[in-house]
Amino acid sequence: MNIETAAAPPVVQVQGLMVSHGDQVVLRDISFEIQPREVFVILGASGSGKSSLLRYLIGLQPPTVGHVLIEGRDLYAGTDAEQQQLRRRFGVMFQAGALWSAMSVGENVMLPLQMFTQHRRAERERRAHHKLALVGLGDAFDLMPAELSGGMRKRAALARALSLDPPLLFLDEPGSGLDPLNATKLDALVLQLRNELATTVVMVTHDIDSALGVADRLLFLDETEQTMTALDTPQALLQHGPQRVLDFLRRGRRDLPLAGVGVDGADGRVVAAAAAAAAAAEVEGLPLRPAAVQVGS
Amino acid sequence: MRAYVKLEINPSAGPALRASAAESPLVRLGMRVQAAARESMQTAGFIGEVLLASLRLLRGKSGMRGVDLWRQIDQTGPLSIPIVALTCSLVGLMLAYMGGSQLDRMGAQVYIADVVTVGMVRELAGLMTGMILAGRVGSAYAAQIATMKAGEEIDALRVLGVDPIDHLVMPRLLALVIVAPLIMAYAGTLGVLAGLVPATLVYGVSASEYLHRAVQALTWTHLWIGLFKGTLYAALLSLAGCREGLYAGRNAQAVGQATTAGVVKGLVWIITAACGTTVVFQSLGF
Repeated sequence: MNIETAAAPPVVQVQGLMVSHGDQVVLRDISFEIQPREVFVILGASGSGKSSLLRYLIGLQPPTVGHVLIEGRDLYAGTDAEQQQLRRRFGVMFQAGALWSAMSVGENVMLPLQMFTQHRRAERERRAHHKLALVGLGDAFDLMPAELSGGMRKRAALARALSLDPPLLFLDEPGSGLDPLNATKLDALVLQLRNELATTVVMVTHDIDSALGVADRLLFLDETEQTMTALDTPQALLQHGPQRVLDFLRRGRRDLPLAGVGVDGADGRVVAAAAAAAAAAEVEGLPLRPAAVQVGS
Repeated sequence: MRAYVKLEINPSAGPALRASAAESPLVRLGMRVQAAARESMQTAGFIGEVLLASLRLLRGKSGMRGVDLWRQIDQTGPLSIPIVALTCSLVGLMLAYMGGSQLDRMGAQVYIADVVTVGMVRELAGLMTGMILAGRVGSAYAAQIATMKAGEEIDALRVLGVDPIDHLVMPRLLALVIVAPLIMAYAGTLGVLAGLVPATLVYGVSASEYLHRAVQALTWTHLWIGLFKGTLYAALLSLAGCREGLYAGRNAQAVGQATTAGVVKGLVWIITAACGTTVVFQSLGF
C-alpha cells in the first residue's frame, strides 16, 4: 500500500457515530479514521446504512450522537464561515450524479468555482474544460445533463466534485446503474485520481468487484448487527475476515469471468489495487477485472 | 434517544402498533391533528427561512444568482400572458353582462363601467391572475424543486454550502412578485375593455360614456389595493409551490404529490388572503 499511514494525521475521523432515519436507528458505535491518499471503501448490503452514513460524513445530517471530523475539525461545529471553509475541502459525487438539470455540464462544473473563487469567467471555463477532459468528457461542456448517458453523467458529476481540487472525495455508489465496462472504467478513474492527484477517496458501494478492485481498506456495515463488523485491508478480510463478511463477498460477486493480472509498464510497480485484486483472486470464486489493476510509474 | 430505546426493546413492534392504532377513529384524528401541526411548523419554519434570505438579499449577502432570477422571469412572465388575458377578458365580459342585468332594472346601466372597473382592478384581476399562476407556475415550481430533491440536486447544493432558499426559492419568489403585478395590470385593463362589449351591444351604453365612467371610477386607492393584493397572491402561490417542492419525498410519486399539493395549497392561501384583505381594507375604510 502506498498510503501515508504513519506520520500524517487522519483526513477523516468518525467517533462513536449513531446513524438514524428519523426515530429509527440504522447504525451505532461507528468509529474509524481515514488516512491521506487512502481509498477507503464503505461496503454493505442494500439497506445497511451506507448512504445514510455518507450523509453524516458530507455535512448533510448533523449527528445526535458522535462526531465527524475532517482534517481534525468538527464538521458540524464552528461558525458558518468555518463550516463553509471545511466543506470546500471535499467534493461529493452523488449516486445519481445530481447534476443541476437547468445548467449545462460546463456550468455545473463552473458553479462551485463561481461561488467560492474569484476567478474570471475565462479562467473558470478553462478549469472546467480541464476537469471534464480529466474524466474523458472534453466535448461535453455545452451539453445538458439530460443529453448524457448514465456513465457520462457520473463522470460529469465526478468532474464537478473535483472542480475545487479538493484533497478529499466522497463517492456514493459510483458504479450503480452502469454496465460492467463503464463501472470498471470509473474504478480505474478513481485510482488514477488517487495516484496522480493524491486525492483521498471515500467510496460507498455494495459492488464487491469495485470494492476489492480499488480499496486500500474496507469498512463492512452489517444491517443485522446495526454496526460496523469489519475494518481492514481487502487481503486481510478475504483471508481472515468474519464469516459473515466472507459470505457477503462470495454471494455478492458479479457474473464476470475471472481474468488474469495484466501488468505492463516501465518498472512494473504494482499499486494497492492490484494487490487487493490479486488477493481477491486467491479466494475461490471471486472475480478479478483487468481494469482494476494499476501500474505505478 | 427515546426512540432508540423503543426500537431496542422490540424493533418489529412499530408497524403492528401503528396498524392497530389506525383502527381507532379517535387515534386517527389525533394523528391527523399531529400531522397538521407538524406541517404548520414546517411552513412557519420555511417562511422564517425565506424572511432571513430576504434580509440577506437586502444586505447584499445572498447567494442568489441574477441569471437565475432572469431565467425565472422569462419563464413565468411572457408565457402566462395569453391564458391570463383570455380568462380576465371573459371574467370582465361576464361581470358586465350580469352586473348590467341588475343595473338595467333600475335604469342605471351607465354604472356598468363602475362595477366592472372596481371589480376587476380591485379584486378580480388579482384573484384570477393568482389562480391561473397557481395552476401554471406554482405547480411548475413544486414539480421542479421536488424533482431536484429526488435527484439529489438540492443535496449537491447543500454540500457546497449553498442555501437552497437563496438559490432556488428566492429567484422564483422575486420573479413572480415582479412579474405578477404587470400581468395583473394588463389583465385588469383587458377585463375592463371586455366589459365594453355587453355594455354597448346589450345595454346600449355608448363606448365613450363607458370609458369615461371607467376612468372616473378608477381611483388610486382601488389601484394600489389591487396591485397589493395581486403581489401578495403571487408571493403566496410562489411560496406554496416552493415549500411543497422542498419538503417533498425523494421519489417520483412524491413529485406528483408535491405538484398537486403546491397547487391546492396555493389556491387555498390565495382565497384566504383575498377574504382577509377584503375585510381588512373595507374595515379600514379604503
